[in-house]
Amino acid sequence: MSQTPVLDALTRAGTGVPEPEPERVRHRFLFSPWHLVLIPVAVTMILPLVWMVVTSLQTLDETRHYPPTFWPSSLEFGNYSEVLTQAPFGRWFVNSLIVTVLVVLGNLLFCSLAGYAFARIRFFGREVVFVLLLITLMVPFQVIIIPEFLIVRSLGLIDSLGALILPNLAGAFGVFMLRQFFRTLPIELEEAARIDGCTRLGVLFKIVLPLSGPALATLAVITFLWTWNDFLWPLITIYSPEHMTLQLGLATFQGAHQTNTNLLMAANVMTVLPVLLLFLFAQRYFVRGIATSGLKG
Amino acid sequence: MADVELTRVTKRFPNGHVALDDLSLEVEDGEFLILVGPSGCGKTTALRLIAGLERCTTGSIRIGDRIVDDVSPRDRDIAMVFQNYALYPHMTVRRNLAFGLKQRHTPKPEIERRVREVSAILGLDELLTRRPAQLSGGQRQRVAMGRSLVREPAVFLLDEPLSNLDAKLRVQMRAELKRIHQRLGITTIYVTHDQVEAMTLGDRIVVMSAGCVQQIGRPQDVYRRPANLFVAGFIGSPAMNLLRGTASDGRITAGELVLDLAVGDREVAIGIRPESVVRDPAEGPAFDLDVEVVEPLGEQIVVHGTVAGTPVESGAEEETEIPLALEDRRAPVTAVLGPAAEPVPGDRVRLGIAPEKVHVFDLASGEAIG
Repeated sequence: MSQTPVLDALTRAGTGVPEPEPERVRHRFLFSPWHLVLIPVAVTMILPLVWMVVTSLQTLDETRHYPPTFWPSSLEFGNYSEVLTQAPFGRWFVNSLIVTVLVVLGNLLFCSLAGYAFARIRFFGREVVFVLLLITLMVPFQVIIIPEFLIVRSLGLIDSLGALILPNLAGAFGVFMLRQFFRTLPIELEEAARIDGCTRLGVLFKIVLPLSGPALATLAVITFLWTWNDFLWPLITIYSPEHMTLQLGLATFQGAHQTNTNLLMAANVMTVLPVLLLFLFAQRYFVRGIATSGLKG
Repeated sequence: MADVELTRVTKRFPNGHVALDDLSLEVEDGEFLILVGPSGCGKTTALRLIAGLERCTTGSIRIGDRIVDDVSPRDRDIAMVFQNYALYPHMTVRRNLAFGLKQRHTPKPEIERRVREVSAILGLDELLTRRPAQLSGGQRQRVAMGRSLVREPAVFLLDEPLSNLDAKLRVQMRAELKRIHQRLGITTIYVTHDQVEAMTLGDRIVVMSAGCVQQIGRPQDVYRRPANLFVAGFIGSPAMNLLRGTASDGRITAGELVLDLAVGDREVAIGIRPESVVRDPAEGPAFDLDVEVVEPLGEQIVVHGTVAGTPVESGAEEETEIPLALEDRRAPVTAVLGPAAEPVPGDRVRLGIAPEKVHVFDLASGEAIG
């Protein structure tokens, strides 16, 4: 009652104080008609994942058997060690990690700065520049791939991790998303901080960003996925095996005449694992993001 | 501490709306000044200009001996309490209080001392480790006050700080505010639309409307001698009754009320405070009130009804009033009577008024006469 709804929601989100549960009688059914939809969808989603794990534990012969065998006769954990010895898998993993972490950090920093400027600072041409930025979201990557390649080449970054990091340090999507979120924060908090002695940057780092946890977490997760799974751009800019990322390295398991499916799937499992772990960890941020935008009346 | 002066300040927003029109105002050192007026009158804009959150379109603002037009909010040595308190949700009460001092690189022991002092004044000791979400409305309000006080600013700005509290707490905090001001003597500019707050708190009040000052003065003076129709209608609760009258030959006629007042021959509005009327007068000017609604308030009874005459609008009405007077030539009038005999709806009550208690305004200009 005493504050604005957004401020109220924020104060709750900021403290982790749970929303008071509305009092109502909950009916729990063991079965709901929704399950008829949800179960097939869940199976469709999970099956490829399970099959990947199963295949990664099969022998090469089993992977080629027709009809496919779903249960391996023995668990071939050797496939995993073979992947690690056959290819510089550790190196690729480290490369992927370096690129992804730096790109995520870069996006959080630069998109925050730009998003805040678009949200709160009045400057000449702000709306025009913002619309131009939004338009770039509609340009497919394939259209700019060659000019971007030429720019990166002129910077002397081809076949280095820099080619994967530098062009992706900030993105229009992140700027747009954070701008939208920042605009929902009560401006009085920022005004109070300015009167309390903060500069614009101080306001951003001490007030706005600490209150933007859900938005920053969402941006971090999305950027992580994009960067970790990116294949096309590394394929174009990286040639040497020691500079490859995981996705690019995976492709080397696919030969022109023969593919060792069991090894490819073992490598796949190891590639997907960090993403799955991230999802498990970030799930609560997603939930909190939804809770915050739900607002308390 | 410092005095504040606004010189011919105009604020025009990019959409063309003029929120403040040529406002000049002087706030003395240590004074408690109230800006009061209906919503949209420009009072909050004036406060934000002083705080530096907006820039004047023309005119200039002085705080102490500095012109602050180009000074950022953080360098103006002011503190502000916002209507929704704007406490930092991610910080404990202690960090909320200390934040401003930390930004100014105050030494740690000094921060600790001042936080302790302010928390003792406002009774926040037990709340220091809590977050804003864990506080009640009144507690949040006190923390917001504390966050401003702890900085020991030259000027203290408050933007409707009590409007989010319930009625009982509001009265309590009002007294507390006055006590704090008397104790610390910081120059305070306080914005409110509540005229009771304005009357009770201010050393002086500034009544504003449509971006302009209507009257500046001590609360009692503004109440006793409203400068124009707007102030007459705005200050006082229940609001002053305003009736249209004609002045000629040394007397004013308004409905059945005839007053021996020489104000020249012209159309006038006469104002009668509901609390100035007396029931069943022995002599003097009088009129009949047809009672429609009775509100007993213990020691007083507020009676709403109609009298013969034509109503005048002051411009201070919050919204168009539901017309109580359905017949022609009748005007709504409110009277505050003693508890002796409680009239019932349908009664006709004879009310008298002493001529010296009648306010007279020129109908064309709205200005007070005499």
